[in-house]
Amino acid sequence: MNRQYETVIGLEVHVELATETKIFCGCSTRFGGAPNTHTCPVCTGMPGALPVLNRQVVEYAAAVGLATGCTINQCCRFDRKNYFYPDNPQNYQISQLYEPICRDGHIDIDTPSGIKRIGIHEIHMEEDAGKLIHDEWEDCSLVDFNRSGVPLIEIVSEPDMSSAEEVIAYLEKLRLIIRYLGASDCRLQEGSMRADVNLSVRKAGSRELGTRTEMKNLNSFKAIARAIEGERDRQIELLEMGRQVVQETRRWDDNKEASHAMRSKEDARDYRYFPEPDLVPVLISDEWLERIRAGQPELRTQKLIRYKKEFDIPDYDAQIITSEKKLADLFEAASAICKKPKKVSNWLMGETMRLLKEREMEADELSFSPEHLAELIRLTGEGVINGSVAKEVFLKIFLEDVDPVKYVEDHGLKTVNDEGALQETVEKVLADNPQSVADYRSGKEKALGFLVGQTMKAMKGKADPQAVNRMLKERI
Amino acid sequence: MAHVISDETIEYVGILAKLELSEEEKAQAKKDMGNMLDYMDMLNDLDTEGVEPLFHVYPLSNVFREDVVENGDERDRMLANAPEEKEGAFKVPKTVE
Ligand SMILES: [Zn+2]
Repeated sequence: MNRQYETVIGLEVHVELATETKIFCGCSTRFGGAPNTHTCPVCTGMPGALPVLNRQVVEYAAAVGLATGCTINQCCRFDRKNYFYPDNPQNYQISQLYEPICRDGHIDIDTPSGIKRIGIHEIHMEEDAGKLIHDEWEDCSLVDFNRSGVPLIEIVSEPDMSSAEEVIAYLEKLRLIIRYLGASDCRLQEGSMRADVNLSVRKAGSRELGTRTEMKNLNSFKAIARAIEGERDRQIELLEMGRQVVQETRRWDDNKEASHAMRSKEDARDYRYFPEPDLVPVLISDEWLERIRAGQPELRTQKLIRYKKEFDIPDYDAQIITSEKKLADLFEAASAICKKPKKVSNWLMGETMRLLKEREMEADELSFSPEHLAELIRLTGEGVINGSVAKEVFLKIFLEDVDPVKYVEDHGLKTVNDEGALQETVEKVLADNPQSVADYRSGKEKALGFLVGQTMKAMKGKADPQAVNRMLKERI
Repeated sequence: MAHVISDETIEYVGILAKLELSEEEKAQAKKDMGNMLDYMDMLNDLDTEGVEPLFHVYPLSNVFREDVVENGDERDRMLANAPEEKEGAFKVPKTVE
Protein backbone atom coordinates (compact mmCIF):
# COMPACT_ATOMS: atom_id res chain seq x y z
CA MET A 1 0.00 0.00 0.00
CA ASN A 2 2.80 2.40 0.98
CA ARG A 3 4.36 2.06 -2.45
CA GLN A 4 1.46 3.85 -4.07
CA TYR A 5 2.32 6.94 -2.04
CA GLU A 6 5.31 9.17 -1.87
CA THR A 7 6.34 11.28 1.08
CA VAL A 8 7.21 14.95 0.78
CA ILE A 9 9.24 16.41 3.64
CA GLY A 10 10.54 19.87 4.41
CA LEU A 11 12.36 20.87 7.57
CA GLU A 12 12.45 23.91 9.78
CA VAL A 13 15.61 23.72 11.81
CA HIS A 14 16.27 26.07 14.73
CA VAL A 15 19.86 26.44 15.81
CA GLU A 16 21.00 28.31 18.92
CA LEU A 17 23.99 30.44 18.01
CA ALA A 18 27.18 30.20 20.06
CA THR A 19 27.32 33.85 21.07
CA GLU A 20 28.34 34.98 24.55
CA THR A 21 25.32 37.24 24.87
CA LYS A 22 21.68 37.31 23.81
CA ILE A 23 20.53 38.68 20.48
CA PHE A 24 19.16 42.03 21.75
CA CYS A 25 20.71 42.57 25.21
CA GLY A 26 23.96 42.08 27.11
CA CYS A 27 22.72 39.10 29.16
CA SER A 28 24.77 35.92 29.16
CA THR A 29 23.59 32.96 27.10
CA ARG A 30 25.35 30.47 29.37
CA PHE A 31 23.37 27.30 29.84
CA GLY A 32 22.33 26.08 33.27
CA GLY A 33 22.18 29.25 35.41
CA ALA A 34 19.62 29.44 38.25
CA PRO A 35 16.21 30.62 36.90
CA ASN A 36 16.10 34.25 35.76
CA THR A 37 19.69 35.05 36.73
CA HIS A 38 20.47 35.96 33.10
CA THR A 39 17.69 38.45 32.55
CA CYS A 40 17.21 42.19 32.12
CA PRO A 41 14.37 44.54 31.14
CA VAL A 42 14.89 43.74 27.43
CA CYS A 43 14.64 39.96 27.60
CA THR A 44 11.83 39.98 30.13
CA GLY A 45 9.80 42.32 27.94
CA MET A 46 9.56 45.30 30.29
CA PRO A 47 7.70 48.21 28.69
CA GLY A 48 10.03 50.79 27.20
CA ALA A 49 13.08 48.54 27.03
CA LEU A 50 14.79 48.73 23.64
CA PRO A 51 16.53 45.91 21.78
CA VAL A 52 19.98 46.44 20.24
CA LEU A 53 21.20 43.83 17.78
CA ASN A 54 24.27 41.70 18.58
CA ARG A 55 26.67 42.07 15.64
CA GLN A 56 27.98 38.52 16.07
CA VAL A 57 24.50 37.11 15.36
CA VAL A 58 24.55 38.70 11.91
CA GLU A 59 28.03 37.33 11.27
CA TYR A 60 27.13 33.77 12.27
CA ALA A 61 23.89 33.83 10.28
CA ALA A 62 25.68 35.14 7.19
CA ALA A 63 28.49 32.58 7.66
CA VAL A 64 25.98 29.71 7.70
CA GLY A 65 24.29 31.22 4.64
CA LEU A 66 27.57 31.46 2.73
CA ALA A 67 28.50 27.89 3.64
CA THR A 68 25.16 26.61 2.33
CA GLY A 69 25.27 28.47 -0.96
CA CYS A 70 22.69 31.09 -0.02
CA THR A 71 22.35 34.56 -1.43
CA ILE A 72 22.96 37.02 1.39
CA ASN A 73 20.29 39.68 1.60
CA GLN A 74 22.48 42.74 2.05
CA CYS A 75 19.56 44.81 3.31
CA CYS A 76 17.63 42.74 5.80
CA ARG A 77 15.14 43.70 8.48
CA PHE A 78 13.32 42.36 11.50
CA ASP A 79 9.58 41.83 11.93
CA ARG A 80 7.26 41.20 14.85
CA LYS A 81 5.40 37.94 15.13
CA ASN A 82 2.52 38.48 17.52
CA TYR A 83 1.18 35.77 19.82
CA PHE A 84 0.37 35.32 23.48
CA TYR A 85 2.12 32.65 25.47
CA PRO A 86 3.67 32.88 28.94
CA ASP A 87 7.15 31.96 27.69
CA ASN A 88 7.05 35.02 25.42
CA PRO A 89 7.21 38.08 27.69
CA GLN A 90 6.69 40.77 25.02
CA ASN A 91 3.68 39.02 23.49
CA TYR A 92 5.63 39.09 20.26
CA GLN A 93 8.74 37.43 18.97
CA ILE A 94 11.26 39.46 17.00
CA SER A 95 11.93 37.47 13.84
CA GLN A 96 12.38 38.03 10.11
CA LEU A 97 9.54 37.45 7.67
CA TYR A 98 9.78 39.88 4.77
CA GLU A 99 13.51 40.31 4.35
CA PRO A 100 15.38 37.36 5.92
CA ILE A 101 19.18 37.46 5.90
CA CYS A 102 19.73 34.45 3.57
CA ARG A 103 17.78 32.93 0.69
CA ASP A 104 18.03 30.25 -1.97
CA GLY A 105 20.77 27.97 -0.71
CA HIS A 106 21.27 24.24 -0.80
CA ILE A 107 22.93 21.26 0.83
CA ASP A 108 24.06 18.25 -1.17
CA ILE A 109 23.47 14.92 0.55
CA ASP A 110 24.66 11.43 -0.32
CA THR A 111 21.89 8.98 -1.09
CA PRO A 112 22.08 5.38 -2.34
CA SER A 113 21.21 6.68 -5.82
CA GLY A 114 23.81 9.44 -5.81
CA ILE A 115 24.10 13.03 -4.68
CA LYS A 116 20.83 14.81 -4.07
CA ARG A 117 20.51 18.56 -3.73
CA ILE A 118 18.20 19.78 -0.96
CA GLY A 119 17.14 23.38 -1.37
CA ILE A 120 17.26 25.92 1.43
CA HIS A 121 14.40 28.34 1.09
CA GLU A 122 15.71 30.85 3.62
CA ILE A 123 17.59 31.40 6.85
CA HIS A 124 16.37 34.01 9.27
CA MET A 125 17.47 35.39 12.63
CA GLU A 126 15.16 35.43 15.63
CA GLU A 127 15.03 35.25 19.41
CA ASP A 128 14.33 32.20 21.53
CA ALA A 129 11.50 32.09 24.11
CA GLY A 130 11.76 31.42 27.85
CA LYS A 131 11.22 28.08 29.50
CA LEU A 132 8.06 26.95 31.27
CA ILE A 133 8.39 24.57 34.16
CA HIS A 134 5.29 22.88 35.47
CA ASP A 135 4.92 23.04 39.23
CA GLU A 136 3.04 19.92 40.34
CA TRP A 137 2.81 21.10 43.91
CA GLU A 138 0.70 24.18 43.24
CA ASP A 139 -0.50 23.14 39.79
CA CYS A 140 0.84 26.31 38.21
CA SER A 141 3.62 27.09 35.75
CA LEU A 142 6.92 28.81 36.52
CA VAL A 143 8.68 30.89 33.88
CA ASP A 144 12.46 31.10 33.55
CA PHE A 145 13.54 33.78 31.07
CA ASN A 146 17.25 32.81 30.94
CA ARG A 147 16.70 31.41 27.47
CA SER A 148 14.49 34.30 26.37
CA GLY A 149 16.41 36.31 23.79
CA VAL A 150 19.04 33.66 23.06
CA PRO A 151 19.83 34.08 19.35
CA LEU A 152 18.48 31.52 16.91
CA ILE A 153 18.69 31.03 13.22
CA GLU A 154 15.89 29.15 11.55
CA ILE A 155 16.91 27.25 8.44
CA VAL A 156 13.89 26.51 6.28
CA SER A 157 14.42 23.85 3.65
CA GLU A 158 12.44 23.31 0.47
CA PRO A 159 10.14 20.25 0.57
CA ASP A 160 12.82 18.26 -1.25
CA MET A 161 13.23 15.23 1.01
CA SER A 162 11.30 12.01 0.65
CA SER A 163 12.46 9.68 3.41
CA ALA A 164 13.74 9.56 6.97
CA GLU A 165 17.20 8.65 5.63
CA GLU A 166 17.35 11.79 3.51
CA VAL A 167 16.21 13.91 6.43
CA ILE A 168 18.92 12.49 8.71
CA ALA A 169 21.56 12.93 5.99
CA TYR A 170 20.50 16.56 5.54
CA LEU A 171 20.55 17.24 9.29
CA GLU A 172 23.94 15.59 9.75
CA LYS A 173 25.44 17.63 6.94
CA LEU A 174 23.90 20.84 8.23
CA ARG A 175 25.17 20.11 11.73
CA LEU A 176 28.66 19.38 10.44
CA ILE A 177 28.79 22.66 8.53
CA ILE A 178 27.53 24.72 11.46
CA ARG A 179 29.92 23.05 13.89
CA TYR A 180 32.82 23.64 11.52
CA LEU A 181 31.86 27.30 11.41
CA GLY A 182 31.73 27.35 15.22
CA ALA A 183 28.30 28.99 14.93
CA SER A 184 26.64 26.46 17.27
CA ASP A 185 27.33 23.14 18.96
CA CYS A 186 24.07 21.80 17.46
CA ARG A 187 23.08 19.34 20.17
CA LEU A 188 19.63 17.90 19.62
CA GLN A 189 19.36 16.47 23.11
CA GLU A 190 20.11 19.79 24.76
CA GLY A 191 17.93 21.72 22.36
CA SER A 192 20.64 23.80 20.68
CA MET A 193 19.42 22.23 17.43
CA ARG A 194 15.69 21.57 16.97
CA ALA A 195 14.03 20.20 13.90
CA ASP A 196 10.36 20.54 13.01
CA VAL A 197 9.24 18.19 10.28
CA ASN A 198 6.65 19.25 7.70
CA LEU A 199 5.30 16.17 6.02
CA SER A 200 2.65 15.31 3.49
CA VAL A 201 1.93 12.31 1.30
CA ARG A 202 0.59 12.10 -2.22
CA LYS A 203 -0.16 9.41 -4.76
CA ALA A 204 3.03 8.38 -6.50
CA GLY A 205 3.51 10.43 -9.64
CA SER A 206 1.04 13.11 -8.61
CA ARG A 207 2.32 16.66 -8.89
CA GLU A 208 -0.05 18.20 -6.41
CA LEU A 209 1.09 18.41 -2.80
CA GLY A 210 -1.04 16.82 -0.11
CA THR A 211 -2.10 18.55 3.10
CA ARG A 212 0.86 18.74 5.43
CA THR A 213 1.27 18.49 9.15
CA GLU A 214 4.05 19.90 11.27
CA MET A 215 5.71 17.66 13.84
CA LYS A 216 7.43 19.13 16.88
CA ASN A 217 9.37 17.88 19.92
CA LEU A 218 11.89 15.74 18.08
CA ASN A 219 15.07 15.58 20.10
CA SER A 220 17.16 12.84 18.58
CA PHE A 221 17.84 11.52 15.09
CA LYS A 222 16.13 8.28 16.10
CA ALA A 223 13.02 10.17 17.24
CA ILE A 224 12.98 12.07 13.95
CA ALA A 225 13.17 8.85 11.94
CA ARG A 226 10.42 7.20 13.99
CA ALA A 227 8.19 10.29 13.83
CA ILE A 228 8.54 10.50 10.04
CA GLU A 229 7.61 6.88 9.58
CA GLY A 230 4.75 7.13 12.07
CA GLU A 231 3.31 10.27 10.50
CA ARG A 232 3.60 8.94 6.94
CA ASP A 233 1.72 5.79 7.92
CA ARG A 234 -0.92 7.78 9.79
CA GLN A 235 -1.59 10.04 6.81
CA ILE A 236 -1.72 7.15 4.34
CA GLU A 237 -4.12 5.33 6.60
CA LEU A 238 -6.41 8.37 6.76
CA LEU A 239 -6.41 8.73 2.98
CA GLU A 240 -7.03 5.04 2.48
CA MET A 241 -10.07 5.28 4.75
CA GLY A 242 -11.32 8.11 2.56
CA ARG A 243 -10.67 10.70 5.25
CA GLN A 244 -8.69 13.90 5.07
CA VAL A 245 -5.44 14.99 6.58
CA VAL A 246 -5.97 18.06 8.77
CA GLN A 247 -3.35 20.76 8.56
CA GLU A 248 -2.14 20.99 12.15
CA THR A 249 0.84 20.93 14.45
CA ARG A 250 1.45 17.64 16.18
CA ARG A 251 3.63 16.81 19.12
CA TRP A 252 5.69 13.64 18.96
CA ASP A 253 5.88 11.48 22.07
CA ASP A 254 8.90 9.26 21.56
CA ASN A 255 8.07 7.01 24.51
CA LYS A 256 4.64 6.21 23.13
CA GLU A 257 5.96 6.36 19.55
CA ALA A 258 2.87 8.35 18.63
CA SER A 259 1.90 11.97 18.08
CA HIS A 260 -1.07 14.06 19.09
CA ALA A 261 -2.45 17.33 17.77
CA MET A 262 -1.35 20.37 19.73
CA ARG A 263 -3.96 22.80 20.91
CA SER A 264 -3.17 25.96 22.86
CA LYS A 265 -1.47 28.56 20.69
CA GLU A 266 -2.32 26.75 17.51
CA ASP A 267 -5.91 27.94 17.85
CA ALA A 268 -5.08 31.17 16.12
CA ARG A 269 -2.24 30.95 13.65
CA ASP A 270 -2.65 34.54 12.72
CA TYR A 271 0.59 36.19 13.75
CA ARG A 272 -0.10 39.62 12.24
CA TYR A 273 3.53 40.20 11.34
CA PHE A 274 4.64 43.78 10.87
CA PRO A 275 8.04 45.51 10.54
CA GLU A 276 9.78 45.79 13.92
CA PRO A 277 9.79 49.49 14.76
CA ASP A 278 12.46 49.21 17.50
CA LEU A 279 15.20 47.95 15.21
CA VAL A 280 16.80 49.63 12.22
CA PRO A 281 17.67 47.80 8.98
CA VAL A 282 20.86 45.75 8.75
CA LEU A 283 22.95 46.74 5.74
CA ILE A 284 25.66 44.25 4.94
CA SER A 285 28.21 46.02 2.75
CA ASP A 286 30.28 44.17 0.16
CA GLU A 287 33.34 44.77 2.36
CA TRP A 288 31.66 43.28 5.42
CA LEU A 289 30.44 40.29 3.47
CA GLU A 290 33.93 39.79 2.06
CA ARG A 291 35.38 39.86 5.59
CA ILE A 292 32.91 37.19 6.70
CA ARG A 293 33.73 35.14 3.62
CA ALA A 294 37.47 35.47 4.24
CA GLY A 295 36.99 34.40 7.86
CA GLN A 296 35.22 31.16 6.91
CA PRO A 297 37.19 28.14 8.08
CA GLU A 298 38.08 25.41 5.66
CA LEU A 299 35.05 23.14 5.41
CA ARG A 300 35.07 19.39 5.23
CA THR A 301 35.08 18.92 1.47
CA GLN A 302 38.13 21.16 1.08
CA LYS A 303 39.83 19.49 4.03
CA LEU A 304 39.42 16.04 2.51
CA ILE A 305 41.07 17.18 -0.70
CA ARG A 306 43.96 18.76 1.19
CA TYR A 307 44.47 15.75 3.47
CA LYS A 308 44.82 13.54 0.43
CA LYS A 309 47.63 15.76 -0.81
CA GLU A 310 49.38 16.54 2.46
CA PHE A 311 49.09 13.49 4.65
CA ASP A 312 49.85 9.89 4.06
CA ILE A 313 46.79 8.48 5.80
CA PRO A 314 44.09 6.14 4.45
CA ASP A 315 40.97 7.72 2.90
CA TYR A 316 38.84 6.06 5.53
CA ASP A 317 40.82 7.72 8.33
CA ALA A 318 40.55 11.08 6.60
CA GLN A 319 36.78 10.64 6.32
CA ILE A 320 36.39 9.91 10.03
CA ILE A 321 38.81 12.59 11.21
CA THR A 322 37.13 15.30 9.14
CA SER A 323 33.66 14.24 10.28
CA GLU A 324 34.20 16.34 13.41
CA LYS A 325 35.97 19.69 13.46
CA LYS A 326 37.45 18.90 16.86
CA LEU A 327 39.14 15.74 15.56
CA ALA A 328 40.42 17.52 12.48
CA ASP A 329 41.86 20.36 14.60
CA LEU A 330 43.58 17.89 16.95
CA PHE A 331 44.93 15.92 14.04
CA GLU A 332 46.38 18.91 12.25
CA ALA A 333 47.88 20.49 15.37
CA ALA A 334 49.45 17.28 16.70
CA SER A 335 50.79 16.32 13.26
CA ALA A 336 52.37 19.75 12.86
CA ILE A 337 54.28 19.26 16.12
CA CYS A 338 55.41 15.65 15.84
CA LYS A 339 55.51 15.36 12.02
CA LYS A 340 54.01 11.87 12.24
CA PRO A 341 50.45 12.20 10.86
CA LYS A 342 50.07 8.45 10.51
CA LYS A 343 50.77 7.95 14.22
CA VAL A 344 48.43 10.79 15.20
CA SER A 345 45.72 9.31 13.02
CA ASN A 346 46.24 5.91 14.67
CA TRP A 347 45.74 7.36 18.14
CA LEU A 348 42.60 9.22 17.03
CA MET A 349 41.11 6.35 15.07
CA GLY A 350 41.98 3.74 17.69
CA GLU A 351 42.13 4.66 21.36
CA THR A 352 40.33 8.01 21.06
CA MET A 353 37.36 6.51 19.22
CA ARG A 354 37.26 3.55 21.59
CA LEU A 355 37.26 5.76 24.70
CA LEU A 356 34.65 8.12 23.24
CA LYS A 357 32.37 5.21 22.58
CA GLU A 358 33.01 3.59 25.94
CA ARG A 359 32.23 6.85 27.73
CA GLU A 360 29.32 7.81 25.44
CA MET A 361 30.99 11.10 24.64
CA GLU A 362 30.98 13.16 21.48
CA ALA A 363 34.16 14.20 19.73
CA ASP A 364 33.57 17.89 20.45
CA GLU A 365 33.86 17.10 24.16
CA LEU A 366 37.50 16.06 23.76
CA SER A 367 39.62 18.23 26.02
CA PHE A 368 43.22 17.06 25.63
CA SER A 369 45.84 19.19 23.96
CA PRO A 370 47.55 18.27 20.69
CA GLU A 371 50.92 19.03 22.36
CA HIS A 372 50.46 16.18 24.83
CA LEU A 373 49.45 13.70 22.16
CA ALA A 374 52.49 14.74 20.10
CA GLU A 375 54.74 14.28 23.17
CA LEU A 376 53.33 10.81 23.75
CA ILE A 377 54.09 9.89 20.15
CA ARG A 378 57.64 11.14 20.57
CA LEU A 379 58.13 9.15 23.80
CA THR A 380 56.91 5.99 22.10
CA GLY A 381 58.96 6.61 18.97
CA GLU A 382 62.15 7.11 20.96
CA GLY A 383 61.51 3.91 22.89
CA VAL A 384 61.22 5.76 26.20
CA ILE A 385 57.98 3.90 26.89
CA ASN A 386 56.54 0.79 25.32
CA GLY A 387 53.18 0.31 23.65
CA SER A 388 51.16 -0.84 26.62
CA VAL A 389 52.51 1.92 28.87
CA ALA A 390 51.66 4.38 26.08
CA LYS A 391 48.03 3.27 26.19
CA GLU A 392 47.97 3.73 29.94
CA VAL A 393 49.43 7.23 29.61
CA PHE A 394 47.04 8.08 26.78
CA LEU A 395 44.07 7.30 29.00
CA LYS A 396 45.42 9.89 31.47
CA ILE A 397 45.86 12.39 28.64
CA PHE A 398 42.34 11.68 27.39
CA LEU A 399 40.83 12.11 30.84
CA GLU A 400 42.94 14.82 32.46
CA ASP A 401 45.22 16.13 29.72
CA VAL A 402 48.30 15.22 31.77
CA ASP A 403 51.76 16.09 30.49
CA PRO A 404 53.06 12.66 29.40
CA VAL A 405 56.73 13.49 30.05
CA LYS A 406 56.03 14.43 33.63
CA TYR A 407 53.56 11.58 34.13
CA VAL A 408 56.01 8.96 32.88
CA GLU A 409 58.74 10.45 35.07
CA ASP A 410 56.57 10.65 38.21
CA HIS A 411 55.26 7.12 37.88
CA GLY A 412 58.52 5.48 36.87
CA LEU A 413 57.09 4.15 33.61
CA LYS A 414 60.20 4.41 31.47
CA THR A 415 61.19 1.27 29.69
CA VAL A 416 64.09 -0.34 31.48
CA ASN A 417 66.99 -0.51 29.08
CA ASP A 418 69.28 -1.77 31.78
CA GLU A 419 70.55 -4.98 30.15
CA GLY A 420 71.78 -6.32 33.49
CA ALA A 421 68.41 -6.12 35.25
CA LEU A 422 66.61 -7.55 32.27
CA GLN A 423 69.11 -10.35 31.90
CA GLU A 424 68.69 -11.31 35.53
CA THR A 425 64.90 -11.42 35.19
CA VAL A 426 65.04 -13.45 31.99
CA GLU A 427 67.32 -16.01 33.62
CA LYS A 428 64.96 -16.27 36.58
CA VAL A 429 61.86 -16.71 34.39
CA LEU A 430 63.59 -19.45 32.41
CA ALA A 431 64.65 -21.24 35.58
CA ASP A 432 61.14 -21.00 37.05
CA ASN A 433 59.37 -22.32 33.96
CA PRO A 434 61.24 -25.40 32.71
CA GLN A 435 58.09 -26.86 31.18
CA SER A 436 57.54 -23.85 28.89
CA VAL A 437 61.18 -23.93 27.88
CA ALA A 438 60.83 -27.59 26.97
CA ASP A 439 57.57 -26.88 25.08
CA TYR A 440 59.23 -24.14 23.03
CA ARG A 441 62.17 -26.37 22.22
CA SER A 442 59.78 -29.07 21.01
CA GLY A 443 58.27 -26.57 18.56
CA LYS A 444 55.41 -24.94 20.49
CA GLU A 445 55.79 -21.28 19.46
CA LYS A 446 53.11 -20.25 21.91
CA ALA A 447 55.30 -21.07 24.86
CA LEU A 448 57.55 -18.12 24.00
CA GLY A 449 54.63 -15.76 24.34
CA PHE A 450 54.02 -17.05 27.83
CA LEU A 451 57.66 -16.52 28.78
CA VAL A 452 57.61 -12.96 27.36
CA GLY A 453 54.48 -12.31 29.42
CA GLN A 454 56.10 -13.60 32.59
CA THR A 455 59.17 -11.47 32.03
CA MET A 456 57.13 -8.33 31.31
CA LYS A 457 55.14 -9.01 34.47
CA ALA A 458 58.29 -9.38 36.54
CA MET A 459 59.56 -6.10 35.02
CA LYS A 460 56.22 -4.44 35.90
CA GLY A 461 55.54 -3.80 32.22
CA LYS A 462 58.46 -1.47 31.80
CA ALA A 463 60.68 -3.61 29.59
CA ASP A 464 60.91 -3.31 25.84
CA PRO A 465 59.00 -6.39 24.62
CA GLN A 466 61.30 -6.74 21.59
CA ALA A 467 64.40 -6.84 23.77
CA VAL A 468 62.73 -9.43 26.01
CA ASN A 469 61.85 -11.53 22.99
CA ARG A 470 65.38 -11.40 21.65
CA MET A 471 66.98 -12.24 24.99
CA LEU A 472 64.71 -15.19 25.65
CA LYS A 473 65.36 -16.66 22.20
CA GLU A 474 69.10 -16.29 22.69
CA ARG A 475 68.96 -18.29 25.88
CA ILE A 476 66.66 -21.14 24.97
CA MET B 1 -17.84 55.22 5.98
CA ALA B 2 -16.95 52.83 3.24
CA HIS B 3 -15.68 50.04 5.45
CA VAL B 4 -18.04 48.22 7.75
CA ILE B 5 -16.48 45.89 10.30
CA SER B 6 -18.58 42.81 10.88
CA ASP B 7 -19.38 41.34 14.29
CA GLU B 8 -17.28 38.28 13.42
CA THR B 9 -14.26 40.43 12.64
CA ILE B 10 -14.43 42.37 15.86
CA GLU B 11 -14.88 39.10 17.75
CA TYR B 12 -11.83 37.58 16.03
CA VAL B 13 -9.63 40.63 16.54
CA GLY B 14 -10.68 40.64 20.18
CA ILE B 15 -9.59 37.03 20.57
CA LEU B 16 -6.23 37.69 18.88
CA ALA B 17 -5.60 40.68 21.12
CA LYS B 18 -6.91 38.88 24.22
CA LEU B 19 -9.41 41.70 24.83
CA GLU B 20 -12.83 41.34 26.38
CA LEU B 21 -14.91 44.21 25.03
CA SER B 22 -18.30 45.37 26.24
CA GLU B 23 -21.06 45.97 23.65
CA GLU B 24 -20.42 49.75 23.70
CA GLU B 25 -16.68 49.21 23.32
CA LYS B 26 -17.26 46.85 20.43
CA ALA B 27 -19.43 49.41 18.67
CA GLN B 28 -16.79 52.10 19.17
CA ALA B 29 -13.97 49.78 18.03
CA LYS B 30 -15.90 48.86 14.88
CA LYS B 31 -16.29 52.53 14.05
CA ASP B 32 -12.58 53.28 14.71
CA MET B 33 -11.39 50.35 12.66
CA GLY B 34 -13.69 51.28 9.78
CA ASN B 35 -12.22 54.78 9.80
CA MET B 36 -8.71 53.42 9.78
CA LEU B 37 -9.45 51.26 6.76
CA ASP B 38 -11.00 54.22 4.99
CA TYR B 39 -7.80 56.12 5.62
CA MET B 40 -5.80 53.23 4.17
CA ASP B 41 -7.95 53.48 1.04
CA MET B 42 -7.01 57.11 0.78
CA LEU B 43 -3.31 56.18 0.99
CA ASN B 44 -3.83 53.47 -1.58
CA ASP B 45 -5.14 56.07 -4.00
CA LEU B 46 -1.83 57.92 -3.91
CA ASP B 47 0.64 57.38 -6.70
CA THR B 48 3.67 55.75 -4.99
CA GLU B 49 5.32 54.62 -8.18
CA GLY B 50 9.09 54.71 -7.68
CA VAL B 51 8.87 55.65 -3.98
CA GLU B 52 11.00 53.52 -1.66
CA PRO B 53 8.96 52.04 1.20
CA LEU B 54 9.73 53.77 4.50
CA PHE B 55 10.27 51.56 7.52
CA HIS B 56 11.80 54.10 9.83
CA VAL B 57 11.48 57.83 10.14
CA TYR B 58 15.16 58.10 11.08
CA PRO B 59 17.72 57.48 8.37
CA LEU B 60 19.58 54.98 10.53
CA SER B 61 20.94 51.53 9.88
CA ASN B 62 23.39 49.11 11.46
CA VAL B 63 23.01 49.89 15.13
CA PHE B 64 24.84 47.06 16.87
CA ARG B 65 26.11 45.84 20.22
CA GLU B 66 29.35 43.92 20.48
CA ASP B 67 29.02 40.39 21.84
CA VAL B 68 30.17 41.16 25.38
CA VAL B 69 28.29 40.31 28.59
CA GLU B 70 27.25 43.54 30.27
CA ASN B 71 24.46 42.46 32.57
CA GLY B 72 24.92 40.66 35.85
CA ASP B 73 22.40 38.82 37.96
CA GLU B 74 19.44 41.18 38.31
CA ARG B 75 16.92 38.56 39.19
CA ASP B 76 15.55 40.31 42.25
CA ARG B 77 14.93 43.52 40.33
CA MET B 78 13.29 41.63 37.46
CA LEU B 79 11.07 39.66 39.80
CA ALA B 80 10.06 42.83 41.66
CA ASN B 81 7.74 43.44 38.70
CA ALA B 82 6.16 40.01 38.82
CA PRO B 83 2.59 39.79 40.10
CA GLU B 84 3.61 36.51 41.72
CA GLU B 85 6.91 34.69 42.02
CA LYS B 86 8.06 31.31 43.21
CA GLU B 87 11.55 29.87 43.54
CA GLY B 88 13.13 32.64 41.52
CA ALA B 89 10.64 32.27 38.67
CA PHE B 90 7.60 34.17 37.43
CA LYS B 91 4.53 32.28 38.59
CA VAL B 92 1.76 32.03 36.00
CA PRO B 93 -1.43 30.01 35.63
CA LYS B 94 -0.91 26.43 34.57
CA THR B 95 -0.02 26.29 30.90
CA VAL B 96 -0.28 22.95 29.15
CA GLU B 97 1.61 22.14 26.00
ZN1 LIG C 1 18.57 40.53 28.85
